[in-house]
Formats: sequence, structure tokens, C-alpha cells
Amino acid sequence: MKAIRVVFMIAVFCFMSAPILVVAGVSVNEKKRLLFPPKGFTLDWYGELFAQSAWFNALQNSVLIALFASALAVSVALPVALYLWQRNSVFGRLLFSIGLAPFMLPPVITALGLLIFWVSVGGSGHMAATVISHGVFLVTLPLVTISLGLESINRQLVEAARTMGADEKTVFFTVIRPLITPYIVSGFAFAFVLSLNEYIIAYMVAGFTVETLPIKIFNSLRYGYTPVMAAVAVIFALVSVVVFGLVARYGDLPRLLGAAAKDAK
Amino acid sequence: MSAMEDSASGAARGFSLKLLPPVYASVMLGLFFLIPLGIMLAVSFFHRVEGAFYEPAFELTNYARFLDAFFIRILGFSIGLSIAAAVIAVLIAFPFTYSLTRARRGTQIFALVFLLAVLSLSEVIIGFSWSTLLSRTAGVSNLFVALGLFERSAAYYPSLPALLLGLVYLSFPYTVLVLYPALSRLDPELSEAARMMGASPVRTFFTVVVPVMKRTIISTIILAFVFTLGAYILPQTLGKPPHWTLSVHITDQAIFEANLPFAAAMAILLLLVSLVMVAITLLVGKEDAVGGKA
Repeated sequence: MKAIRVVFMIAVFCFMSAPILVVAGVSVNEKKRLLFPPKGFTLDWYGELFAQSAWFNALQNSVLIALFASALAVSVALPVALYLWQRNSVFGRLLFSIGLAPFMLPPVITALGLLIFWVSVGGSGHMAATVISHGVFLVTLPLVTISLGLESINRQLVEAARTMGADEKTVFFTVIRPLITPYIVSGFAFAFVLSLNEYIIAYMVAGFTVETLPIKIFNSLRYGYTPVMAAVAVIFALVSVVVFGLVARYGDLPRLLGAAAKDAK
Repeated sequence: MSAMEDSASGAARGFSLKLLPPVYASVMLGLFFLIPLGIMLAVSFFHRVEGAFYEPAFELTNYARFLDAFFIRILGFSIGLSIAAAVIAVLIAFPFTYSLTRARRGTQIFALVFLLAVLSLSEVIIGFSWSTLLSRTAGVSNLFVALGLFERSAAYYPSLPALLLGLVYLSFPYTVLVLYPALSRLDPELSEAARMMGASPVRTFFTVVVPVMKRTIISTIILAFVFTLGAYILPQTLGKPPHWTLSVHITDQAIFEANLPFAAAMAILLLLVSLVMVAITLLVGKEDAVGGKA
């Protein structure tokens, strides 16, 4: 029985990794052709990402947007999570649900709403519009991680600090913040990776002027193949693995994803 | 007296400062999420102006177009395709996640990192990867040729099976991560008890684990369905134009047909379908009899 289980899990793993492995193979083709198994070996296409200004520009846009948008997402998520944790009011729960909503709905809905919004107020086509749109869209991730972090805080600790005369600010900076910092960082990391990969909102809000890497790949896909696309795909997959690997290394990933606490197992 | 005044004004100042962050967060969510949805709802009743965007009006023309046989077919196709992908994904993901939660912690973390990485991968990249894997020159058929199964390599996309495969791939990590909390909190004693009473592991899985997790399974299928409805790139890269889903048509109307009112009306329809579905998962109940929170 155990053997069947192992074989099944390995089969699923192979299915899930097959496309990425083939793309990794394709990305090292010597000629500019879509061949697998690859003919020859070169890493030049990875260099092209930095050498060709059109690709490098998209890379810069993507990284800048992801950095600012995830910082913005954390700045909105933190007060919402704290507010709900401090007083479990109807308004707090409502705010929390609104924060979860963008992620529960098909993204094209939010994307179209934001497109119409930015066209109306005149921000359409600007990078700032993409940053704000991504920031609000991705609030869900830090919101979930920070709420989990707050749940794990022993409230007696906070009470003790208050009894000893600490005001709200001191309690926050000396007790709460150190305890939830890992969760803030995870939330930031999740939002960062998702912003890097996000297509439809970036495309609708400013896709014709602010090209991000996913937009650039999709545009190139229409006008013919270049191995740089494959190289970007591999780099993106690696970035995700490294980021989530770090989160797992320094945090409790199973708990972050909703499993019961480690010692309970 | 002055000390009292000091502390009073201090409290007042502390109060207003304390409210600043939640007010900022509410304004951000309201301004950049709720108001855009509100404007979109308004625009869905507006009148389309050829060559320009739209002009304010209140007409149901955009909604009346849903009665078109063409759009009924699109809606029906989108829903059918998403249900098929969601059901297949959950059929694979449920036994997979069950096995995963019973694996060593290290294995679990490895699988979770891997699945999170795939989940966060841009749909553009997934579409490109699958089109490569299904292509004639670099695809899986070359492997079959090498093994002597086929004479010649072939392209398997664009086609409906390719699209379905892509959507299952897209939603699989999502379904695993939705199932993971519930299954990892499932009391191990439950299946142990069944095993002690002589049930085989397979029998235990089907007669104990699956029935206990029924509600979780239904909720997960619905959530995967809504998730798949949002797929936008895959229908364009792996499918043919008749396979375009509602999400693709919304973008097409908004960007290429410059018909924002109609795009908005379709988005509102998609929003309603999704909200009803999410509401059903809440009604089905988050708690299974023995399982933990879903």
C-alpha cells in the first residue's frame, strides 16, 4: 500500500514538473529554435534578458512594481489584521472579508473594475496605477499570514505588558511586532512573488505603456518564439522556489498554510 | 488639574492616532477595490458610444445581449469546462493531499514549497510551458517517437483536451492547498480505528475518510471551479477561439472591441456566479463532522 502511495505521489510530482523541465531544456538550445531535447548548450538566452533593453526594461518594471506593491499590501493588511485582532467587531470582520475578496474572485473582475477606475480618474497607463492596483489586489496574502501570526500570540503576554504600565504603542513595538515580524515577511514574500507573476491586472491597467515580464512574454508569444521567454520562465520558477524555500526554512510553512501547530502533530 | 488635562488630551491624541491605520486601510480598500467595482456596475448600464468609451445612461441593452445564443453558449461552455477541470483536479488532489498529510514533515515541506511555486507561476508561463510540452518540435510526442511508439511527432494543441489538461494543471496546486488544512487536521485515530477493525487502507480511505470529508470535498470543488473560471491565458494559448471562456471575452470586449459597458455587464455576471458559488461553500459549512476547519 505504501508503495502505491509513493508511486502515486511521484507520478503527480512528475506531471507537475514536466512543463518546467521541458522549458528549462528548451532554454539552453544553441539556436533560436523550439527544440527538445535541446541541440547544443548555451546560457546566452539568460544573458539576453539583461542585454536586450526591451527585456531588461520589463524585468525592471516587474521588480519595481512587485517591491512597492507588496510593501503597500502589507501596509494595508497590517492595520486590518490588528484591528480585527484587537476588537472582533462587525466592522473589523467586514474589512477582513473585503481584504479576502479580491483573491476569491476571478481576477478579471478586479482587473476590469480597475481599468474603468483608472480610465475615469486618469491614472491609466502609469506605473503608479499598476503598483496601487497590485497592492490592493494582493492584500489578501499578508492579511492571512499576519492574522495567523496574531492568533499565535498569547494574549496574557499583552495583558502582562499593559499591567506593567506599557501603553498601546509600547505594547505594539515591544511585544506584538517582534512576534509577528516573520508573518509580515512571509506575507510580503508571497505578495512579491505573485505580483511578479500577475498578468491580467498589470495588462488592463497599464499594459500598453508599462510592460512587465508576463506581459512581455505573452506579447512575444504572439509574434513568434524566442528562447528568452523560456529563460524568464525558468528564472521565475527558481525565484518562487527560493522565496518559498526561505519562508519554509525560517518559518513554519505547514502552519502558515493552515495545518495544526507543529507540536500538536 | 493640569496633569489630568494632560492625560485627557494624551488619551484623545492616542485615540485618533490609533484609528489612523485602520482608517487608512479602509480608505485604500474602499477607494481601490469597492469603488472600482461600483463604477463597473454603473458602467454596465451605460450606453456604448462607437469610437469613444461610453456615456451615462440607464439601459439594460448590455444585459439583454446575454440572451443571445452566442453568449449563452460561451457561458455554458465556460461553466462546463471549469466544472470538468475542478472535478478532475480534486479527484487527483484529494488522495494526493491525504497521502501528503501522512508523509514525513520534510516531505510535506518540500511538496508545499514546490506546489506554492507552481501556484504562483504566471498563467502566461504555464500556457507557454504546456504549449511547448505539447508542441511537435519540443513536445512529449518526441519521447513517444524515441520509444518507438509513434512514427512521427505531432502537435497536440490547440485543442480542447490540451486546454482541459492545462486547467487541471493550473488548479491542482490550489486544490491541494485548500484541502491541506482540513486533511492535516483530520484525526489520525479515525482511520486507525477503522484499520484496527480490519479495514484495508483503501477501504478505510473510501469508507471513512471520504465520507467524513464530504463537505470539504464539495467546497473544494466549488472553489476550484471559481478559480478555473478566472483562467484567462490558457484558453487563448491551448484552446481555439471557440474554446474562449467568459474571462477571455470580457478582456476581448474591453480592450479590442472597446465596448466597456458590455465587458462590465459580463464581469458583473461573472461576479454574481462567483459570489453565489462562494456563498454555497459557506452554506455547505466550513466544519466537517470530524475534520477541522476547511
